[in-house]
Amino acid sequence: MDSSLSFKSGLRDVLPTVFGYVGVGLAMGIVANTSHLSVLAVLLMSLIVYAGSAQFIIISMLLAGSPVSAIVLSTFLINSRMILMSMTVARYFKRDSLLQNIGLGTLLTDETFALSMNKLNVTDQKLRPTWLHAANVVAYLVWAAATVVGCLLGNLIADPDQFGLDFAVVGMFIGLLYLQIITDRSKPLATQAEVVLFVAVCMFFLMRFFPGNIALLIATLLGCGFGMVVSPK
Amino acid sequence: MNAYILITILLCGLVTWLSRVIPFAVIKNMTVPGWLINFLSFVPVAIMTAIFVENLLVYHAGHWPTFNLPNIYASLPAILAGVLTKSLLAVVITGVAAMALLRFVGLG
Repeated sequence: MDSSLSFKSGLRDVLPTVFGYVGVGLAMGIVANTSHLSVLAVLLMSLIVYAGSAQFIIISMLLAGSPVSAIVLSTFLINSRMILMSMTVARYFKRDSLLQNIGLGTLLTDETFALSMNKLNVTDQKLRPTWLHAANVVAYLVWAAATVVGCLLGNLIADPDQFGLDFAVVGMFIGLLYLQIITDRSKPLATQAEVVLFVAVCMFFLMRFFPGNIALLIATLLGCGFGMVVSPK
Repeated sequence: MNAYILITILLCGLVTWLSRVIPFAVIKNMTVPGWLINFLSFVPVAIMTAIFVENLLVYHAGHWPTFNLPNIYASLPAILAGVLTKSLLAVVITGVAAMALLRFVGLG
């Protein structure tokens, strides 16, 4: 990853995350297939909802025949972390048009958000719409394609996990988190380590009472507050 | 695909889109106060840690979470790859290979 913010460099930077999208997308398509969802429904869901973990929940709730209102509420809760990520990344696009901002927000994901935060550390705290659009669009198309292929292959591959592809997304966040910690010079390493430990401990205690997705949101909010308190003034 | 599925997809898409887009519109039209900038500056490290740790635990309603041992085992070589190469791609490939190996030997 270098300091270039061109379209081409966006394509290059997003490449490592593609593995994560392919792994999870295939798995989602296969789950959808075994839940008797049509290829068209899978494609529409990936294009319109476009949210990894939420799509798994939606499929399982559709299969269970849950009321639409309950599915929509669950989706909102799982994806409410997007509000925090969008707010964080939006600061760097204040001078760009509202239309550009809406375009960037529409396709922002956990992965392209994390990638942007990594990128800031090598570009002197700058981002450009072209660069993020490139990353976003690649992620969007790869996700849609992977879920559709997964759905089509559903009957052929009994156990996609045997190739370890389900770990791609975890591996990606390990890499993104590590690179974030070592390249973010705006905060002392000790402060970052304290936030990491605090959030990890919070997650363990919160998951006694809440499912992972909700625990994740609360732990992030607590972690940001904790960071403000412990960072040197 | 019936109306139930279609309406669910459309409404879920709408709430997700609003969660993504409204913050962009709000931040664009306001002067972000210093405390909020400070608060948000911790979002990357906090949220990435939370996503990572979520994958190392297994939720059981009404009980303490247990450890996802295969993910924890596969994380170790992945972290090592990060320290050694500082390359995102190397971390992902090492992690996937480690997980495939764990499954192959029956530990995954």
